[in-house]
Amino acid sequence: MFVIVDALVIVLLAGGTFFTVVGTIGLLRFPDFYTRLHATGKCDTLGEGLIILGAVVYHLFYYSESLLVPIKLLFLIFFIFIANPTATHAIVKAAYETGLKPWKPGEERR
Amino acid sequence: MLTVFLVTGLSIIATIFLSLYRAIVGPGVFNRVAAVNVIGTKTIVLLVLIGYYFERPYFFDIALLYAMLNFIGTLVFAKYLEKGDLCS
Amino acid sequence: MNQKGKFFAISLTFCLMFLFWILLSGMWDLFHLLSGVICSGIVAFISHDLLVKHKDEKLVAKTIRLFRYIPWEFWQIVLANIDVLCRVLHPKMPIDPCVIEFETPLRGDFSIVTLANSITLTPGTITIRVEPERGKFWVHALAKEPADALLVDGTMQRKVADVFMEGEGNR
Repeated sequence: MFVIVDALVIVLLAGGTFFTVVGTIGLLRFPDFYTRLHATGKCDTLGEGLIILGAVVYHLFYYSESLLVPIKLLFLIFFIFIANPTATHAIVKAAYETGLKPWKPGEERR
Repeated sequence: MLTVFLVTGLSIIATIFLSLYRAIVGPGVFNRVAAVNVIGTKTIVLLVLIGYYFERPYFFDIALLYAMLNFIGTLVFAKYLEKGDLCS
Repeated sequence: MNQKGKFFAISLTFCLMFLFWILLSGMWDLFHLLSGVICSGIVAFISHDLLVKHKDEKLVAKTIRLFRYIPWEFWQIVLANIDVLCRVLHPKMPIDPCVIEFETPLRGDFSIVTLANSITLTPGTITIRVEPERGKFWVHALAKEPADALLVDGTMQRKVADVFMEGEGNR
């Protein structure tokens, strides 16, 4: 029984880490500010949601006395899913209003 | 089982150092603000993983608090960069 | 806002704040519960009109529809991330950014925020700027296909308008 839970936790943690690493590679590799925010705003949020979900599953099966902590962590996931896109939108709006132009294919990296 | 948390934590630290490159180099102020926001979000996850690895349950409250602080900090920065002044 | 609406707003805010207090503290003895009641009461009394602006007619129905919308959106989030993954790891990096704008019939605060967050979390688009009076959205798209899915199909706008009952046929 614990083998299944262990496997599930390892799959969730590995998937989350993979998405986070890919998001950071996108932050380094893309040529423009707006495209970099595409990579981090989407991949980072989901990757961290998966990692914390893995921790919640681990807690439910190994420390099953206190059920309040998984609810607290689920609230943390919910908060990250709302706060990260809003912060991304705030930065993008500030950049667009002060005149930063998007990148077109064929220009050099910025 | 706890070594899985250690390995995940070390990979997250590696990605924090990669984002630090964008925070130092990134041409202009907006790239740097975005990189600092990313580092803040990674710190939240790192706090949860450390809380499980060292078996201290109080780190989850600190993670929740730092999530809110990071969010508000990024919003304040964006408002200052857009309007030139915080309370106009 | 009349008396009945004010009472509803205060009690709803008080219940939510008290639930949050219990979630964060986790202690069930009399002192903590009593101080939770007092603190939630003060907060609900001072800032009750932040949560409920005017008495919404069908608040329960809207919340139920919101809970039905979330699994579909979660599936779109997973698809979006696989799409960005392919574009980041591809050796040639096929991106073609453009800025598009469109109009929606949504006018309320909460529905515009939900649509903007959904657009940012789904394949290849980021909300740049919103004009709440006319419901206009400026969106930066990563390539042609996701932009077309948003502009031509209009699936996501229709679903959010369905959730908050502000669509074309309900005005």
